[in-house]
Amino acid sequence: MKATVLVRPKQGILDPQGEAIEGSLRKLGFEVSQVRVGRVIDLELDAEGPNHARMQVERMCSELLANPLIESVLIRLEES
Amino acid sequence: MSGRPVVAVVVFPGSNDDRDAAWALGAVGADPVLVWHGESELPPATGAVVLPGGFSYGDYLRCGAIASLAPAMDAVRTFAERGGPVLGICNGFQILCEAKLLPGTLRPNRQLEFVCADATLRVERSPTLFLSRCDPGQELVIPVKHGEGAWYVDDGQFMRLVARGQIALRYTEDVNGSLGGVAAVTNESGNVMGLMPHPEHAVDPLLGSADGGLLLAALVDAAAKHSLVTA
Repeated sequence: MKATVLVRPKQGILDPQGEAIEGSLRKLGFEVSQVRVGRVIDLELDAEGPNHARMQVERMCSELLANPLIESVLIRLEES
Repeated sequence: MSGRPVVAVVVFPGSNDDRDAAWALGAVGADPVLVWHGESELPPATGAVVLPGGFSYGDYLRCGAIASLAPAMDAVRTFAERGGPVLGICNGFQILCEAKLLPGTLRPNRQLEFVCADATLRVERSPTLFLSRCDPGQELVIPVKHGEGAWYVDDGQFMRLVARGQIALRYTEDVNGSLGGVAAVTNESGNVMGLMPHPEHAVDPLLGSADGGLLLAALVDAAAKHSLVTA
């Protein structure tokens, strides 16, 4: 099973990196009103079906991959 | 060095202030011992623990996230739960937050720049052992050098921490966008503290300030007491 985890700063959490990129995009002439920067984690795992895989990845997120205080996660699964 | 309390300084891959911390602790009366992060036990008679500054694991994932899972951190957690004094400096603060031994988290500086300067800190009214040599309202000059030092918790938790006296030090000026100007925070029992400024770089007036020595000497006082209790 393949999993893709999208980790993003939660709404309302300051993202200075996103703000800096937004400023540079404006300098290049693009009319953007907001940029937020997160990270993508691709992983492959052994799991007994999608439900089991999702449970495992959710645990990975809460124990290491994301900080629930400031980050939200989106998990996508596909058969490898 | 018999008679001096043992203070364990945990060294992670990428720590770079470990030897400075050990030197400064020695200067204020401790017997500092460097402990590799792969160790699952602290040295016998450890009276306090310091997690030094640096860039453990190259700040991969989030600052301090990988180091918080090191074997030595299990030992530090047990030590802290038994009331042992634990001080996290800079990256050590980040590690303690990631290990959930301290509340909140450290975000990239508001100005997106690495900040390297002397910072003036105000001592808050807090029962923590780390302020035993300071008075509330006293100002300390201690240098900062970090890229991710903007401490953050949600508003509700912040009010609870203030009410319980867990905010130990605040910057007198905005240094990095830290919530409430917080520079140092403690756990509920006050025996674990993290701070972004580097007290180990401020123990000699020749280098600009000896104010950091007040915090480290308080740690050493507590280490001596803790060694007696557990001996």
